[in-house]
Amino acid sequence: MSRVSVKRKVLRENDRIAEELRARFRARNVLTLNLISSPGAGKTSLLEQTLRRFPAGRKTAVLTGDIETDNDAKRLEPFGFPVKQITTGGSCHLDAQMVERGLSSLGAEDVDVLFIENIGNLVCPASFDLGEACKIVVLSVAEGDDKPLKYPATFVRSALVVINKTDLLPYVSFDMSRARDNAKRVHPGVDIIEVSCTTGQGIDEWLRWIEKRLAAARKTAPAPKD
Amino acid sequence: MHEMGIASSILDTVLAETAKRPGIRLLALGLRIGEISGVNPDSLEFCLHCLVKDTELEGLGLEIERTPRRHRCPKCNREFDVVEYEVACPECGEFQTQLVSGDEMEIAYLEVEDA
Repeated sequence: MSRVSVKRKVLRENDRIAEELRARFRARNVLTLNLISSPGAGKTSLLEQTLRRFPAGRKTAVLTGDIETDNDAKRLEPFGFPVKQITTGGSCHLDAQMVERGLSSLGAEDVDVLFIENIGNLVCPASFDLGEACKIVVLSVAEGDDKPLKYPATFVRSALVVINKTDLLPYVSFDMSRARDNAKRVHPGVDIIEVSCTTGQGIDEWLRWIEKRLAAARKTAPAPKD
Repeated sequence: MHEMGIASSILDTVLAETAKRPGIRLLALGLRIGEISGVNPDSLEFCLHCLVKDTELEGLGLEIERTPRRHRCPKCNREFDVVEYEVACPECGEFQTQLVSGDEMEIAYLEVEDA
């Protein structure tokens, strides 16, 4: 009997496609943001607010994932930006290959920002690199303020926590400062923005965050936009 | 719940590796699964067993090494295991420490026998 060393990443096929996608996005100066949350935290609502107020002159597109239905794509189409629904038919997360296929049918790669709305799930999407510039986790105040501690894999990998539904704070037991502390405890460098997609509070700060990321990405990316 | 897809990826890689070595029999599989990889080792083990049942790989041994979350301090270079989300450097107290391991999902080795 002998032992053969393999040292292969389990998701090497996913990671290979994700790296190809990342190179493609960088070459075209596309900032790709992977939005993750539990079901109902408000990813689509955040995108509705984002598209409604997206800066003039900036181009964007959305790949939105769901297990079934194209309801989210229908909600986002009226804003006039390219939107493509990815229906996974049961799978609990998006993987890099789904994004690659979604991109070819989206047919809009010449954008400043590409949003990928992942499947509503705080566990599985964390393991799958989609070639994004960063992951963003959306948490709503209707959930527990200990979510960052319960789902560290997602919070550790996210550059930003968007805390949504702040208009509901008077009616729920969510403790904002505890939630912020928990997020920082799991990931000290994480940014946090509080928003309400119902009232629009905080959306400007979110749009400024995207602009800042865009500027930072373009400073490091040598490729000019053609 | 994504463990089934991950188990299936593992078997694809394992089968590709064994195909490169004709005349060997696969006995066991060694995995390294990080504490914050987002994968539940028990569930992964269950899925792997389901997938190999009634195949030539039935009875395949499985050893999962659970690797801890480790951080490095950018100020004093100390490396340490993170316990209970305590990411501050135990040496100098620096709060902004960096993840160095604990998020991996790796096929470490195969145990084989010449048939």
